[in-house]
Amino acid sequence: MGYEYMADDQDLLFRTLADPTRRAIFERLCRDGEQTVGALTAQAGVSQPAVSKHLGLLKQAGLVRDRPEGRQTHYSARRDALAPLLDWTGRMTGFWEARFDDLEDLLKRMDQ
Amino acid sequence: MTATTEETRIVVVEREFPHPPEKLWRALTQPHLIAEWLMRNDFAPAAGHRFNLSGDWGGVLDCEVLEVRPVEALSYSWNLIHADPALGLRSTVTFSLVPTPGGTRLRMEQSGFRPDQKRASGGAKFGWGQFLDKLDGLLARID
Repeated sequence: MGYEYMADDQDLLFRTLADPTRRAIFERLCRDGEQTVGALTAQAGVSQPAVSKHLGLLKQAGLVRDRPEGRQTHYSARRDALAPLLDWTGRMTGFWEARFDDLEDLLKRMDQ
Repeated sequence: MTATTEETRIVVVEREFPHPPEKLWRALTQPHLIAEWLMRNDFAPAAGHRFNLSGDWGGVLDCEVLEVRPVEALSYSWNLIHADPALGLRSTVTFSLVPTPGGTRLRMEQSGFRPDQKRASGGAKFGWGQFLDKLDGLLARID
């Protein structure tokens, strides 16, 4: 129940953020605001092409936006993209409420 | 948010049922009855017993009975194992039964922990740990 209504776009978010390097880049953008690829590379511990690739995947998942300025591209986090994923307690509560509904039905049937 | 709330998530669901505690206890502890409202299982009401809960979505939870106090409380672990520890879930589910004039008040408390919480704690400002807590649902679908 609670597990089943996750949409494909949430799958993509999870898959994208399952990579620790990518997660670190996203986290840094959330923490420090807009950054260039160069600035991110200096911190990431991987090559600039690797950082660019990660940023491309983050963008594809809707987690970052890019803003070209001259020859530089600035990246920033779109925290709102995480919103559907933040409510674990809400989803589990829904799961248990539904299970309790079924339990209630079962208890009625056990009387018969 | 404090570090503590980042590392543990607790879900509590309570409901009063117009049935005696003994009957609820049966529904919570007999495998064929558990299957009717929760999931397919090989549960046995004995501390230390390991069992699986198999969901309709294809996910399988690894569980171990932690505490059995007949007609009062039942607790078991509720774990989703995954090759990547960042994608698993460790949690504990505890049911408590309290007799009421009209029947029984059932309380379910699930506490969840992330094995990789340390790695995730850097983003505490925007609820990173909370976010990772959600991966279990996705995994259930991917597996």
